[in-house]
Amino acid sequence: MRYSALSVFLNGLRGNKGWAPAWRQPQPKPHYDVIIVGGGGHGLSTAYYLAKTFGITNVAVLEKGYLGSGNIGRNTTIIRSNYLLSGNNPFYELSMKLWEGLEQDFNFNAMVSQRGVLNLFHSDAQRDAYTRRGNAMRLHGVDAELLDRQAVREKLPFLDFDNARFPIMGGLLQPRGGTVRHDAVAWGYARGADSRGVDIITHCEVTGIRRENGRVVGVETTKGFIGCGKLALAAAGNSTVVADMAGLRLPIESHVLQAFVSEGLKPFIDCVVTFGAGHFYVSQSDKGGLVFGGDIDGYNSYAQRGNLATVEHVAEAGVAMIPSLTRVRYLRTWGGIMDMSMDGSPIIDRTPIDNLYLNACWCYGGFKATPASGYCYAHLIARNEPHETARQMRLDRFARGYQMDEKGVGAQPNLH
Amino acid sequence: MASLITCPHCGQRPKEEFTIKGDAGLARPAPDAGADVWYDYVYLRDNPKGLHKEYWHHSSGCRRWLIVERDTVTHKVHSVSDAALAKLGGAA
Repeated sequence: MRYSALSVFLNGLRGNKGWAPAWRQPQPKPHYDVIIVGGGGHGLSTAYYLAKTFGITNVAVLEKGYLGSGNIGRNTTIIRSNYLLSGNNPFYELSMKLWEGLEQDFNFNAMVSQRGVLNLFHSDAQRDAYTRRGNAMRLHGVDAELLDRQAVREKLPFLDFDNARFPIMGGLLQPRGGTVRHDAVAWGYARGADSRGVDIITHCEVTGIRRENGRVVGVETTKGFIGCGKLALAAAGNSTVVADMAGLRLPIESHVLQAFVSEGLKPFIDCVVTFGAGHFYVSQSDKGGLVFGGDIDGYNSYAQRGNLATVEHVAEAGVAMIPSLTRVRYLRTWGGIMDMSMDGSPIIDRTPIDNLYLNACWCYGGFKATPASGYCYAHLIARNEPHETARQMRLDRFARGYQMDEKGVGAQPNLH
Repeated sequence: MASLITCPHCGQRPKEEFTIKGDAGLARPAPDAGADVWYDYVYLRDNPKGLHKEYWHHSSGCRRWLIVERDTVTHKVHSVSDAALAKLGGAA
């Protein structure tokens, strides 16, 4: 069923009895051309573009929990393409362009809101670094504006401009950045993939990968063996666990990142704003709650919950940026498991096993990448060659010495 | 995870006093061990779901390097020992 204003109106007249479930609950078939492990944002968008753009519809998405129970529903909903490096920027800009047309494309309201993303800077050196990044963005055709202190003050007057240690000197603005209703992204992709014939099988955990003659022939699951022509991993924080089943060792540590929502407030932040002197990013949802986050907790974790020390630290960073937050109360916090890579950049690549593909290492930048990740991964799976914008996202780049380290941190995953 | 880590030198201390380095199970190869071995050491991780030994630095306390053995699913801390003493085979 196509959603439209007319369908809402007509169903309203009929007591809303005409709505059908947005996707089926199929039982697994014995064999699929492609099996995608992981029914999160990236897995679902991969299935969607495989079916829609690349014409491969005999596809199953296997999800161990309910649909969208992982990081697609556990992030701070920010989209942006303000990257420095040439291996990353065109990819994230592709993602931004896909976001811009997404709702019309998959006929689902994902509440894409291009309200702008502003990164504050607090020193001359930081201004220079942000100028460089802004210039790199513009050279790639991405929108970037350097705001001075006065321009930031007019936009967000409540920030702590005269902080003795970290005065706000300005900011780098990407006007096309913004936020998206994260759950709706999962639902929209699931519905779009399902309607094109993709089987989305939830509560179906992959427990083993069966190989014969060096090729993957299928997966053992909690719903039995399912055969496949190609196997595509998109398991985010559990990538190591599933890759282990194929004997692959990955450059990943799994870490917990928390996100937070405050009680509802009257509208006062109309963009996404990030602190430059600590790690803190915040926007305000349409319901009025502040949606914000900071650093990962810093220790390896597979638990979707974090530690109070980080909750306090994030609150401190927030108050340092916006002093008026001191009396705002937390409403909810939750944690997601990040596949932290050794250079902070992702992998979309083939593996040493011929028909096994890998999509991982999203650190905590996975949400904004959802459309391009799915598109490029589908391209790779369908054509066996990387999409132009993802060709540097290689699994072997560490061994070859071609890291894509935006921050220049080195092989220390908990600092990316 | 408990918010307290029991440092063998300082006793129970809040987690914020520590800086986490990561996997303590990696053996540093010889300088001439070859690129493959070094690649493995620098970049690849077991990343276990379950027990994991990590280097934690008591950076706001005694400034000793510790080995914390934790469960990455339950966050339970099983043991904390002094890294240098443990390597010498002494009482950690």
